[in-house]
Amino acid sequence: MTALTRLTIAEARDGLARGDFTAMELTEAHNRAVEAARGLNAFITETPELAMEQAAASHERIRTGRAGALEGLPLAIKDLFCTEGVLTTAASHILDGFVPPYESTVTANLKKAGAVMVGKTNLDEFAMGSSNMTSHYGGVENPWRKRGDNRPLVPGGSSGGSAAAVAARLGLGATGTDTGGSIRQPAAFCGIVGLKPTYGRCSRWGIVAFASSLDQAGPMTRTVRDAAIMLGAMAGHDPKDSTSAPLPVPDFEKALSGDIRGLKVGIPREYRPEGLAEEIAAVWERGIAWLKDAGAEPVEISLPHTKYALPTYYIVAPAEASSNLARYDGVRYGLRVEGATLDDMYRKTRAAGFGAEVKRRVLIGTYVLSAGYYDAYYAKAQKLRTLIAGDFKTAFESVDVILTPTAPSAAFPLGEKMDDPITMYLNDVFTVPTSLAGLPGISVPAGLNGEGLPLGLQLIGRPFDEETLLRVADVMEKAAEFKALPAGVEA
Amino acid sequence: MSLDKATVRTIANLARIEVRDEELDHLAGELSNILHFVEQLSEVNTDGVEPMTSVAALELPRRADVVSDGNCRERILANAPEADDGFFLVPKVVE
Repeated sequence: MTALTRLTIAEARDGLARGDFTAMELTEAHNRAVEAARGLNAFITETPELAMEQAAASHERIRTGRAGALEGLPLAIKDLFCTEGVLTTAASHILDGFVPPYESTVTANLKKAGAVMVGKTNLDEFAMGSSNMTSHYGGVENPWRKRGDNRPLVPGGSSGGSAAAVAARLGLGATGTDTGGSIRQPAAFCGIVGLKPTYGRCSRWGIVAFASSLDQAGPMTRTVRDAAIMLGAMAGHDPKDSTSAPLPVPDFEKALSGDIRGLKVGIPREYRPEGLAEEIAAVWERGIAWLKDAGAEPVEISLPHTKYALPTYYIVAPAEASSNLARYDGVRYGLRVEGATLDDMYRKTRAAGFGAEVKRRVLIGTYVLSAGYYDAYYAKAQKLRTLIAGDFKTAFESVDVILTPTAPSAAFPLGEKMDDPITMYLNDVFTVPTSLAGLPGISVPAGLNGEGLPLGLQLIGRPFDEETLLRVADVMEKAAEFKALPAGVEA
Repeated sequence: MSLDKATVRTIANLARIEVRDEELDHLAGELSNILHFVEQLSEVNTDGVEPMTSVAALELPRRADVVSDGNCRERILANAPEADDGFFLVPKVVE
C-alpha cells in the first residue's frame, strides 16, 4: 500500500471518486507510514484510531454521493490548531495536558470538507523558531540528507513537523502557520510547497496565538495544485475572527491556467545582499529564466526598506507575543507549579513552562512595551512597518508578482545556529518582509543544491490575489520539474 | 541599549517569570544583543510616518450585543489544574 502515500491530493481525490481504493485503505496506508517514521519525531500526537473513524465516515459519504472537497484525504495538523478532544500543546511544556473543548475554525473547515486527521505535528514552541529545535518535545529530523553525509538536518520551522511529514509522505498535506516565514522556510528546507495566504484569508480563531497581527494559517503540500485545493477548504470569512476578511473564496484550482504570458515579475535588488550564497543566487536566476521562457517579463524593482524588516519584526512579534502569552498563568489550563502566593505561582509556572527562546521573546516584548521605551521601540517599529508595506504597494503598481529566494541557505544540521539567537533569526530574512506587509507568499521547490538538498523559490502576490500567485507558482513548478525524493521514500 | 541585571530582574518581574540570580548575566547579554540588533531602526527617518496598527485594510465589524455561547462551565473547568464547586482554585490572595 506504499503507493497510496505517494499520491498527490488531486490524484487521491480522483482515485477515491473512481473507486480505485477506499478512504479506509488510504488512511490505513498513512497510519502505517506515520508509525514507521517515528524516528523523525514529526508528530507530537498520533491519532490513528480517530483517522480510521473519520475515514469510515468519509467512505459512507463518498458512497452516497455527498463527498466534500477533501473527502477521505489524510492530513497532518500542526499542533498549534486547537482540536476538540485531542491534546493540543503548541510544543510547550506550559500547555501540558490541554485538551481543547472546541475546534479551530480552519480545522473545522477541513473536517467539514471531509479531511481525515492522522495526527498533530511537532513545531517550535509557540511557533517561535526556524529550526523546530525549540520544541519541548524535541527537534524534528528533516527526511532529506546531504549526499554522502548521514547527519540529521533540521526541517526548518516553525512548521517543521508538518513539512517533514509531507516530505516523508506521512500525510497528503498538512496545515502550517506562518508569522515570519514558518510555512515557507520549512517548505523550502523539505522540498515541498508552502503557501502563506494574505493576512485575513484564513481565520485565526482557535489557533494558539503568537503575534496576532502577523499569524496566518496555510497549506503545506507536495504540489501547487494541492495547495490550491487545500487553501480553498481552509479559507473563508469567520465572524469569530474580527480580522478575517469578509470576501468570497475563489476556486483556486481553476486559477491554474498555465498561462502567464505578459505578466510582470518583480525582481527586488535588495534581496541580493552581499554574501548571498552562490547556489541561492543561481537557483533564483533559473527561476527568472523559467518565468521568462513561459512568456512573463522580469522587471527589476526596489524594496528600499528590506534591511529593516527583521529588526522591525523582532520588535513587533515579541511585543505581541508577550501580551498573548500572558494568559499562561497556571490557573485555567496546562501546567501549574505551586507557589506561596498567587504571584509566586505565576512566576514559577511560567519559569518552568516556557523554554529559553519563548522567555527571551516575552522579556524583549515586555521591555519594548514598557513605560519609557514604547515610543523608541514599538511605535518606531510600527512606523517602519508602514514603510515596508509601502515599498510593496509601490512595487505592485508596476508588477504582478515578485520572485525571490525563500531562505538564504538549505537545511542545516540539527543543533547548529543555536548559540546566537540572531543567527537563527537571519533564516527568515526573505520571508519576514512579506509577513509584515500581510501579503500572500508561496515557496515552491526549485531544485537541489550541490549537496543534494532542496532549495525553494518564493513568489509574493498582491493582497487577496492568491489566484495569480498560484498560477505563476504552477508554471514555475512545471518548469522546475522537481522530482527528487528524500531518503527513505522509495522511488 | 545594554540591559543591566537589575533591569532584567524588573522586566522578568513584570512578565511574571522567575529568573534565578545566576541566570541574570547571561540573559542580560542575550537580550542586549537583540536590542542592539533592533536599534538599527533608529537610523531611519520616520517623521510624519503613520504607525501601522492593522495590516488588513478592513473596518472592524460590529456584532449584536447578545449572548451567543455559554453554558459549558464543566467543559471549561475540565482543563483546570485545580477546580472546585464550579470555580478555578488559586492560592489564597486575601488573608
